[in-house]
Amino acid sequence: MTKILYFGRLSDLTGTSEELLDIPANIETAGQLRSWLDRRFDADGALLEQTIRIAIDSEIIFDTALLGSAEEIALMPPVGGG
Amino acid sequence: MLRVSPECIDASAELRAFEAEAVGAGGIVTFSGHVREVASLGDVKSLFLQAYSPMTENGIKTAIADANSRWSLQKTMVIHRVGSMHPGETIVFVATAAKHRRAAFEAADFLMDYLKTEAVFWKKEDTETSSHWIEPRDSDYSDAARWTTKETV
Repeated sequence: MTKILYFGRLSDLTGTSEELLDIPANIETAGQLRSWLDRRFDADGALLEQTIRIAIDSEIIFDTALLGSAEEIALMPPVGGG
Repeated sequence: MLRVSPECIDASAELRAFEAEAVGAGGIVTFSGHVREVASLGDVKSLFLQAYSPMTENGIKTAIADANSRWSLQKTMVIHRVGSMHPGETIVFVATAAKHRRAAFEAADFLMDYLKTEAVFWKKEDTETSSHWIEPRDSDYSDAARWTTKETV
């Protein structure tokens, strides 16, 4: 199981700020996860926006990065500052 | 010194503690940011601030290290609140201590620009009629860009 975190406005879209998911074995990269989650939430491309960054275990990565044995994956819209 | 926490910030008490530790500084600058009562979409009922630890703290630590490399500072303090807060309450407190005032002023300004644009926070504003997430304004980005331009001059 992998913990997925949805920050900022994404939690309104997904209805939760975090969840534990069994990511299918054929979802290998961050980009594939992005597309899979977008379909899962019927988000109509909202999760595909490149301004939404993905972090694996607290490190921001590119869409081509492999998920590997990630414990925590965060989807982060542009930060709003304090 | 850095603290990101849901606890209320008492800026006067923090300043006293900072002064006690910044012995020998010629100048101390502090900035307190407060929750506005009126925002673009109406009267603010509450503000919710979300952080992602330790990414949020690590980013602020890097900005503090950057400030220390640009200016000769004796001490810095950043306190940032997270969670739910109300108009008039303090969101952020920044203090800088230096031998001379210019370094203290500029470093405090620099840290605030970082905190307003690049710091890892998400902010939601609730008014009487709506609830919305706020993303940075163009003016926040141009404020922060001043420091990049300055470096190349």
